[in-house]
Amino acid sequence: MMQFMLLFSRQGKLRLQKWYVAHQDKMKKKITRELVTLVLSRKPKMCSFLEWKDLKVVYKRYASLYFCCAIEHEDNELLTLEIIHRYVELLDKYFGSVCELDIIFNFEKAYFMLDELLLGGEVQETSKKNVLKAIAAQDLLQEEEALETALTEYGLT
Amino acid sequence: MPAVKGDGMRGLAVFISDIRNCKSKEAEIKRINKELANIRSKFKGDKTLDGYQKKKYVCKLLFIFLLGHDIDFGHMEAVNLLSSNKYTEKQIGYLFISVLIGATNDLMKLVIQAIRNDLASRNPVHITLALQCVANIGSREMAEGLSVDIPKLLVSGDTIDAVKQSAALTLLRLLRSSPDIIPMGEWTSRIIHLLNDQHMGVVTAAASLIENLVKKNPEEYKGCVSLAVSRLSRIVTSSYTDLQDYTYYFVPAPWLSVKLLRLLQNYPPPEDPAVKTRLTECLETILNKAQEPPKSKKVQHSNAKNAVLFEAINLIIHMDSDPNLLVRACNQLGQFLQHRETNLRYLALESMCLLATSEFSHEAVKKHQETVITALKTERDVSVRQRAVDLLYAMCDRTNAEEIVGEMLEYLESADYSIREEMVLKVAILAEKYAVDYTWYVDVILNLIRIAGDYVSEEVWYRVIQIVINRDDVQGYAAKTVFEALQAPACHENMVKVGGYILGEFGNLIAGDPRSSPLVQFQLLHSKYHLCSPSTRGLLLSTYIKFVNLFPEIKNTIQDVLKSDNNMRNSDVELQQRSIEYLQLSSIATADVLATVLEEMPPFPERESSILAKLKKKKPSSVPEGSEQKEHTATKLPQAQMSNNVESNPPTTINLMSQGESSTDDVMEKGSPVGGSATVDLLGLGTPTQTAPSAGGNGDGLLVDMFDTLTSNKPAPATNGMDLGGLTGGAEEAFKSDDSLSRFICKNNGVLFENDLLQIGVKSEYREDLGRLWVFYGNKTTFQLNAFCVDISQPGGLTESLSIQQKPVGGEVEAGAQVKQQFNMACVQEFEDAPIMSIQFLYSGAQQKIALKMPVVLNKYISPTEMDASTFFNRWKALSSPSQESQQIFKATSPIDTEQIKTKLIGFSVSVLDGIDPNPENFVSAGVLHTRNQQVGVLVRLEPNKQAQMYRLTVRASRDRVAKILCDLLQSQL
Repeated sequence: MMQFMLLFSRQGKLRLQKWYVAHQDKMKKKITRELVTLVLSRKPKMCSFLEWKDLKVVYKRYASLYFCCAIEHEDNELLTLEIIHRYVELLDKYFGSVCELDIIFNFEKAYFMLDELLLGGEVQETSKKNVLKAIAAQDLLQEEEALETALTEYGLT
Repeated sequence: MPAVKGDGMRGLAVFISDIRNCKSKEAEIKRINKELANIRSKFKGDKTLDGYQKKKYVCKLLFIFLLGHDIDFGHMEAVNLLSSNKYTEKQIGYLFISVLIGATNDLMKLVIQAIRNDLASRNPVHITLALQCVANIGSREMAEGLSVDIPKLLVSGDTIDAVKQSAALTLLRLLRSSPDIIPMGEWTSRIIHLLNDQHMGVVTAAASLIENLVKKNPEEYKGCVSLAVSRLSRIVTSSYTDLQDYTYYFVPAPWLSVKLLRLLQNYPPPEDPAVKTRLTECLETILNKAQEPPKSKKVQHSNAKNAVLFEAINLIIHMDSDPNLLVRACNQLGQFLQHRETNLRYLALESMCLLATSEFSHEAVKKHQETVITALKTERDVSVRQRAVDLLYAMCDRTNAEEIVGEMLEYLESADYSIREEMVLKVAILAEKYAVDYTWYVDVILNLIRIAGDYVSEEVWYRVIQIVINRDDVQGYAAKTVFEALQAPACHENMVKVGGYILGEFGNLIAGDPRSSPLVQFQLLHSKYHLCSPSTRGLLLSTYIKFVNLFPEIKNTIQDVLKSDNNMRNSDVELQQRSIEYLQLSSIATADVLATVLEEMPPFPERESSILAKLKKKKPSSVPEGSEQKEHTATKLPQAQMSNNVESNPPTTINLMSQGESSTDDVMEKGSPVGGSATVDLLGLGTPTQTAPSAGGNGDGLLVDMFDTLTSNKPAPATNGMDLGGLTGGAEEAFKSDDSLSRFICKNNGVLFENDLLQIGVKSEYREDLGRLWVFYGNKTTFQLNAFCVDISQPGGLTESLSIQQKPVGGEVEAGAQVKQQFNMACVQEFEDAPIMSIQFLYSGAQQKIALKMPVVLNKYISPTEMDASTFFNRWKALSSPSQESQQIFKATSPIDTEQIKTKLIGFSVSVLDGIDPNPENFVSAGVLHTRNQQVGVLVRLEPNKQAQMYRLTVRASRDRVAKILCDLLQSQL
């Protein structure tokens, strides 16, 4: 089971954090600090897997962003790399060539999408089509509601 | 500012831009505080805040929180959003709660109520939101509140697929966080059939849930094995177009495949031959595909394909039954060892560690030794080198130990600091485990200290001392080698410790050579003295006093050193005390006393290396001999405590081991100097009797207690330190077998003893005064047990009472094999103690001893007799002298049950006579005890008192002592 996923920039700024196990805020900050330092200190071409405490850390860099997951001992490292990749693909497809800024400005969307892909630290839906369909349905609702709000404001309903 | 998706919250986007435009941290904080104040006032004052505004502000708060700032308000507004009928508002509310509200928050009740409402909604998107929130928080309170709703969703026919997926994983989260709360009911029996679901997404989600259930109760969900195998088979044989969007870069359903392969790792190889064949075919197909040319050059393709491959290899290793698959897996990993992808090399090294522990593939793994050694030397990434170290450790055996240890030592010189300590432990363990020639072992450890002295923990050098002390063939060599090592101008303090200790014990063995004469030895050690820490100096002082005994000719030189202000007035109390006391000892005591007090250390009790325990603690996953370790830490607590005790409190051990002597030998104490109390004993200035006799009395240490148990019924045997040490090593086993002895009073067959190495079963039969006992020794390990021998000792006067004839047992017990040994035992006259069998053997070169009481007790030689009431009462009355009767009144240990008592009496080999005692609740029994010298009539009356849960037991016998012995035996069973 995945224990958490962190997205951070090359400068070490945390862009997204998802915790699948409960920790105190203080502990989360400590873990984040440690891992960001650890991963940023690694050279390119090094192995993407690390042993860290009793967990395995799997990370990969996409442009300016590092995606870093902590998984348990019996979890599959290579497939975790591909979970990261699938998530990047989803973001890319949704935002159209995603960049760090998209995730900053639409952080809530990034969360919603992650919740479709992974739930409770396990893979829920690997089909790109199905995840995007779910997100598109959310957006449709959002637009309908926005329209409705606008109409109400103008007293048209 | 990039495009904002959907309707966007313009205010939020502006705020985020503002933050990003802040030039300094201070400016950012200022902007945030301004925003917080604004939101706070909106939430407080503006009652007309609409849903959209609430959503926007809650979202801003969330953003501020994610920047790393604390948020202490807004929770209530977020909870309000949950009951909005607008999806987007609900969604933001749930997001805020998932990220920000801890499980213990006061608002949780409201949240759970909102979730329950949404779960009951007709709108699947609302249900999904609620489920995701539960999965994200997963608190106990949620489990309590929703334990019925969620399983229902999962198995209901009306639920749409997407909701089923979320429900499965939400339930999994709750099962993980509060396993006791979720009711196992009707839904669990239906759950495994989700493996057959049409929708791949549902199967993928459900597979994780099923694995969790299976882990708890494999038997109940056994049906999932064949379902998983057939699903897996369909996936691996499908072409990549079959599964449409579930094919990932030309690999069909990699996530589901991996989950299924993992699920199967919870079971042994399938029993059904058809399923087994199908699974083997799947695994072969996966191995074959690895050899096919890649369908894409993309790394995603190879990662997904290899992810499945590695998981398949894990399953092959787990089943550990098909040599063909194991060897193929090993060859595949061998290819990866040289792959250009670092990730694959890393994983191959890791998986091979597991293969190395399988007997089928151990040899195949060894073929890659050179590659692994090259990896150790050339990999640029320390985490990969670490894996190479692990693998070398796992693949090491007697044939390659010298080479591997040599390579590891060489690498140690340049190894990363982060892995040095672990490497030192590993080298130390391998050297000990596979040493054929102990001079090699000594060389290795001294090299370790020389190369990486700082990383050599106490355990490592304690262990080398223990081994040198226990093996007299290596002592001279050790003395010579440490002497040479100490010649180095700068040598590590650990070297001084080992050198000091060994020369103090065995310096005499090299003193004949003028180059290492006593004075030279002393001066060499003393030249290091001033550079050492107080604890090492304390150790050296003990070495010096040992020298006084070994080499009387340098006594004056040593006394001068002890007398020097630097020692006598040292600010360190321990050093001061040692100096003063050792000086006194050397001046007052006669040569005889000195020789006794400062005698060579007795051998240490054999025990498992504490280094292994240390490595295990450091890195639980890296010790392949997990089973050995488990024994040490989990099931055998007494033994673990024993070794702790030995380490933390050596004086107790000394007292115990040199019990026969009046005073104690303090020198072991120098291994880990603690307090001065033992030194006081040594000199006899304090109260030496305080600890020494305690072994016979109420022992205050654990060791002493155990020893007491062992010798409780007989005077402590006058043995030398060595034998006692040996017994102490097995004391825990003997202690345990007292219990098991009691189990054999009323039955003849069963398992007498079991640890991780050996299982000992017994079977016996008796006729009159003759008995036959078969002992079955089962080797539970995958190694041969060598020099296997069994000795019988009969404590006290048992030899006169019981004549035992022992059939020989072979010197070896093959891996997994069982050997049988027969004992013939004739009862000459009544006896009380059980004979003790000491089993000794070599396991991986380490001597093992087990001392057990044999399940031979007096009542076995009784045969039941029938008689009528008048005969019984006549005999009963005839046996009326006090020495012929033994009576005990005692509390029942288990509820009084007539049938059970009958069974026990019959098992005790006496009859159960009905209609004799006027009270039908009472039991009356009779029997004849056969001994070679005479036959002894035995009568028993047992009066249970159910109300008081008490028994009165009366045994009468025609020979003195017999009644008492039998009464005690029978009482222990009731």
